[in-house]
Amino acid sequence: MAEAMGFFTDTTVCIGCKACEVACKNWNQLPAREGGQPEMSGQSYDNTLRLSGSTWRHVKFVEQFDAPYEGRWLMLSDVCKHCVQAGCIEVCPTGAIIRTEFDTVVIQSDVCNGCRTCIAACPFGVIDINEVSGTAQKCTLCYDRMSVGLEPACSKACPTDSIQFGPIEELRKRAGARVEQLKAAGETRARLYGADPEGPVGGLNAFFLLVDEPEVYGLPPEPTLPSRNLATSAALSVAGAAVVGAVGLVTLRHRRMQDVAEKETTSEEQAH
Amino acid sequence: MQPDTFFTRPPHWQWYIIFYFFIGGIAGGCFFLSALLQLFGRRADRPIIRLGYYIAFLGAVISGILLVIDLGRPDRFWHMMIQSKTGQPMFKYWSPMSVGAWGLLLFGGFAFLAALGAAYEDGRLRWRLAGRLAERPLSTIIALAGGVMGFFLAGYTGVLLSVSNRPIWADSSWLGILYLLSGASSAAALLILLSRRIPAVADVHGLERFDKYVLVLELIALVIFVITLGSAARAFLNAWGAVLVFVVLAGILVPLLIGFGRMRQFRGRTLTAGTAAAFVLLGGFMLRVVTILPSEQVRVVGSRVVRP
Repeated sequence: MAEAMGFFTDTTVCIGCKACEVACKNWNQLPAREGGQPEMSGQSYDNTLRLSGSTWRHVKFVEQFDAPYEGRWLMLSDVCKHCVQAGCIEVCPTGAIIRTEFDTVVIQSDVCNGCRTCIAACPFGVIDINEVSGTAQKCTLCYDRMSVGLEPACSKACPTDSIQFGPIEELRKRAGARVEQLKAAGETRARLYGADPEGPVGGLNAFFLLVDEPEVYGLPPEPTLPSRNLATSAALSVAGAAVVGAVGLVTLRHRRMQDVAEKETTSEEQAH
Repeated sequence: MQPDTFFTRPPHWQWYIIFYFFIGGIAGGCFFLSALLQLFGRRADRPIIRLGYYIAFLGAVISGILLVIDLGRPDRFWHMMIQSKTGQPMFKYWSPMSVGAWGLLLFGGFAFLAALGAAYEDGRLRWRLAGRLAERPLSTIIALAGGVMGFFLAGYTGVLLSVSNRPIWADSSWLGILYLLSGASSAAALLILLSRRIPAVADVHGLERFDKYVLVLELIALVIFVITLGSAARAFLNAWGAVLVFVVLAGILVPLLIGFGRMRQFRGRTLTAGTAAAFVLLGGFMLRVVTILPSEQVRVVGSRVVRP
């Protein structure tokens, strides 16, 4: 396997220009929404609002304006996290979702049949159906570009280097140094999300530097694998089946006893 | 703080899936009940056994159709069974959807064989090979294997939901057993209702008694399910909460009260076992609705979790 590659997204230098969103759409030839008609969210300066089957990069705007002149505007360029232990791969019934030689997670669009179980399994709400192909789609970490030694379109287009691409080990070191730098500068809330290989889902190959709790950015604090429920849920169902079977047998036995009792009464009556 | 499952995306499993879960549960339950009556019942049970096998087969066919048309690419349904790039069998025992696809196929096969046997017995089919299916030992093997698969079909749907990261579904491990019990109670209810139209059916008191016991178990499982949801139960703090209460009242408590003779009349109308069965079916369907749709409506928009 080639070296594990990924993204380090430093949210503190994101300016919300959405060049990554555009570059991603452009390179991957993703369709526009509503046939390209302007669509305003009406609730945010961000009009994309979410990742989808046709939006594989999305700059989240965290707009915290409780009072005039008092507020904070956080930005995070969201993307598939390319989990080291991927819930989507676990549940995919067609084998469409694979791990590549770069340790990234890719959905093969010609294999996927659009059952959508991966959408429910993703702990980050990344995957969705692409309305044009009818299949589940998400960021491929520009597998086609990486295969020929190019960097992904989004990080290439990012004007502030908020999105950095490279070998995971190198990115982790760079991210650690950046956290120390921010802390030294007084931003004590600086932290990494998903950089720890010992952490949830074995770490994320697309990890983030945040300056607040993950949920502020719409990220789950403790992402988990869907398979955590498999053994208990299956065992309880088997137990349920055994109990229903037993209830059925008891009911039939009860009926048989009644039949015998009725027969005895009838024969006694006949004897009299 | 929001539960982790609230930060995920709904898979757009809606009415096709709700109907599949309901019909699949009934099909599985009917096969199990028919198999039980075939193996341990009496001669007079034959008409109801055949009815159960017909429903199981029809349910399996409808289930398959619903699942295929729900796919984003129905033409690729076979990718669940065969690896499209290698031609090798596709099976992942740790993926409930993969196991479920094979399970439905197997169940459908047994239901088909059982229905053929029943049709021969009924005189609708004069094919001698079908006659063999209605005789021992083949009929016993089909009843045993199909009965096990029937349980599987009724319960795996809940396990499939739990093996995800969605609100309500993944917040409790009790959905599988709950769906299984509901499948069994709904199947008994449908058999009770339909058997009233078959003059040859001697009595359905056994089924009525079975339904009562299973409804009690279902009520217990539903209570535990809601308790184990913990803070994710807040997904029901809206109109869906009222629907959940409706499921408990109309789908479980009312049939139980009628069944135990505590409720004989309502506004001058006599409440019969048929009324109770109709309520059980309505409750079984609404249970699927109330466990699937509220979860579908929780999502992250921008950086905020939105729920109805």
